[in-house]
Amino acid sequence: MADGPVAIVGGGPAGLAAAVELRRLGVGEVVVIEREQDPGGIPRHARHQGFGLRDLRRPLSGPAYVRRYADLARAAGAELLLETMVTGWSEGALELTGPGGRSTLDPAAVVLATGCRERPRSARLVPGSRPEGVMTTGMLQQLVYLQGLPAGRRALVVGAEHVSFSAIMTLAHGGARTVALTTAQPRHQSVAAFRLGALARYRVPVWTGTRVSAIRGRPRVKEVELTDVADGSTRTVACDTVVFSADWIPDHELAVLGGLDLDPGTRGPVVDAELRTTTRGVFAAGNVLHGAEQADVAALSGHHAAAAVARYLEDGDWPARRVPILCETPLGWIAPNAVSGAGVPARGRFALRAHSFVRAPRIEIEQGGRVLWAGRVGRVMPGRSARLPHAWVSQVDPAGPPVVCALRPRG
Amino acid sequence: MDRDVVIVGAGVVGAAIARELSRYELDVTLLEAGPDVGAGTSKANTALLHTGFDAKPGTLEARLVARGYELLSEYAPSAGIPVERTGALLVAWDETQRAEFAGIVERTHANGYRAIRELDRDELYRREPKLGLGALGALEVPDEALICPFTTPLAFATEAVLAGCELRRDTTVTGVERLPGGGFRVDAGGGSLTTRHLVNAAGLRSDELDRLLGYERFTVTPRRGELIVFDKLTRPLVRHIVLAVPTQVSKGVLVSPTVFGNVMVGPTAEDVPSKADTSSTAAGLDYLVAETDRILPALLDFDVTAVYVGLRAATEHADFQIAFEDGYACVGGIRSTGLSASMAIAEHVREGLELSAAPRAPRPPPRMPNIGEAFPRPYREAELIASDPDYGRVVCFCERVTRGEIRDALASPVAPVDLDGLRRRTRAHMGRCQGFFCGARLAGMLAEADRG
Repeated sequence: MADGPVAIVGGGPAGLAAAVELRRLGVGEVVVIEREQDPGGIPRHARHQGFGLRDLRRPLSGPAYVRRYADLARAAGAELLLETMVTGWSEGALELTGPGGRSTLDPAAVVLATGCRERPRSARLVPGSRPEGVMTTGMLQQLVYLQGLPAGRRALVVGAEHVSFSAIMTLAHGGARTVALTTAQPRHQSVAAFRLGALARYRVPVWTGTRVSAIRGRPRVKEVELTDVADGSTRTVACDTVVFSADWIPDHELAVLGGLDLDPGTRGPVVDAELRTTTRGVFAAGNVLHGAEQADVAALSGHHAAAAVARYLEDGDWPARRVPILCETPLGWIAPNAVSGAGVPARGRFALRAHSFVRAPRIEIEQGGRVLWAGRVGRVMPGRSARLPHAWVSQVDPAGPPVVCALRPRG
Repeated sequence: MDRDVVIVGAGVVGAAIARELSRYELDVTLLEAGPDVGAGTSKANTALLHTGFDAKPGTLEARLVARGYELLSEYAPSAGIPVERTGALLVAWDETQRAEFAGIVERTHANGYRAIRELDRDELYRREPKLGLGALGALEVPDEALICPFTTPLAFATEAVLAGCELRRDTTVTGVERLPGGGFRVDAGGGSLTTRHLVNAAGLRSDELDRLLGYERFTVTPRRGELIVFDKLTRPLVRHIVLAVPTQVSKGVLVSPTVFGNVMVGPTAEDVPSKADTSSTAAGLDYLVAETDRILPALLDFDVTAVYVGLRAATEHADFQIAFEDGYACVGGIRSTGLSASMAIAEHVREGLELSAAPRAPRPPPRMPNIGEAFPRPYREAELIASDPDYGRVVCFCERVTRGEIRDALASPVAPVDLDGLRRRTRAHMGRCQGFFCGARLAGMLAEADRG
């Protein structure tokens, strides 16, 4: 077994929860490497309530939630390296850059917990001018809550997931009224309580089946062109701010630098139920694995990874091979997305998302034509995960072809 | 006379002229209508340092691009302008295109460039294994290079300003008049000044300025070029500048690495009525994605990081429109080769103006902060961080820009006034997250610099 600390890259909910649990399990040296000035990741600037229900069993605001986690991690004896970025990774060693200089860390194990980010306007290829006032929710929250800067007067929010509804509140705090939420999907993708709370308070319509087809104005946004997905008709809406929300993508740069295989669906590292990646000694947890789940779900993922890391430090076992799990369209991704051994995934479930809404679909999980599991789930959709059971994992032939997860009859 | 020379337009050409003239005992003013140096056409081009191999032999453009290549290749390393000599491959995708090879080689030789050579299909795919299917062969131009389109005009302007040139930004020229006894009156920014010499480097508006002086020589028709820039993770997918075989309308869509470590695809070529319309279009972006799928399909496994749109100052003439009359230099019709030719254009303008000024004592060019990926960057320099911890504080994670670099840019002789300007000087906010992580903090730092 390699000596050295367990290096956790990323001090958001997943990384901090992993640190707390690793120390609780008796792992000697745990270092959390966080590139921001303060630990906590995205909840640092998500000021609404509702954090911590699943893990800390109490409702907290985002900043309070991650302050609590950072305190727990420090109290547990984990080291938090702040303003420190992993700028290289070769032959197992992490190259760190921070105000204290450049250094190398040769860890016994690595937990990648680098999180995810929202796709910006450019990655969504929305044409038009390039004015001020176009941003992601992540930037909006930091602008309003961390920098105390204004957010415009009239905003359009692109997306209709949890974070999109939270943007309404952030915008209001920053002095902007939200004209509407738009989604190309036929429905929103948030939970009722959250959505209704935001809508009742701010009376914001959700325009479904609507795509943003152009942004106009200079130097600041003046209007947005919207296209009806069904009939192609267009209309314009006056606004000075456009918030591109949700459409999360794992922040996977380090995973790629480290040579980890990425899953084609999630664009995060391929992991098995124990959150082991394709590189020995490297685990991944939280939202680097897939589009965003809520912070407490990410924390539970970090907690789950910590247990697997501790086992690995104990016995040094690493799977020689793994069977990938592939999704067939319209299913988008499944996580975990590889099977090796009969480990139970975090929270005892596989998470499944689709590119479009399908109500009460029949899902089949098969390997080489052999059905391992079949059943119905409530609904699959983009932006929010459906839950699949895990017991079928024990039937996977470790020498067999990839496992395929698909709609039946084909969607 | 208030000034010896007034230069209108601080694009790469105007800035190069300002730099050239600032090496002489002259009072020079550089006027820019926009908020920054190099913030118009110059900022959204294909960022290549061309040898001029394919220019029309015998033209002024052919001569100035070849000479500009020489001058800029020498200047860039000393000024800290990132240049990478990757070489270019001119790829033929059908027999018609391959049939053009002989003519291109002949033209290249006529331009005095001899290093061009033909690669067969197998060698082409050995050199560019990720190229899409169906290429037949290529011409290799080993000296074509990548250059930083942002640092170049800034280096010129910085050198000029340090030598005493006055730079006025946000200053639009509203009128010019030739004075009876010689010289000019220039109305700009609510005031007016007189000058012995006037240089029109107004780019898209060079025809309008020329007309104010009574000439009727050319009309600028903005030609819109849209470019898409892919995620840095794509950089290993392509080694050379992959050019198309040129047609009458344009040089075609190219796929090229950038000095920042991205891969760029573009430009489109579309004549548009407005000189201000730098909007991207659904049709343009669709076309570039389709071209990417054909030329280097593996790029599409990654996200687009940025979309840029530039307007080239095309005229009805094929060549540069450079003319001199009694103290006036008109430098119009400079299209996409303007970056490569800039220093030669400046030399040509200095000679053409027949200035009788003594050279100043030579001074080395300013050392611009390096923002090229192939050269040392502050976050990688342990000694620099030891001397100042701010060079170890990465603020923009995607592009690895440190607090020290941002602080330096905000305090530089030609300082940025907005986020775009900061981006062009440091790469901050240029990366894949487009501000998700650092956008607000940068806005805060800019606001603070503004107050301070």
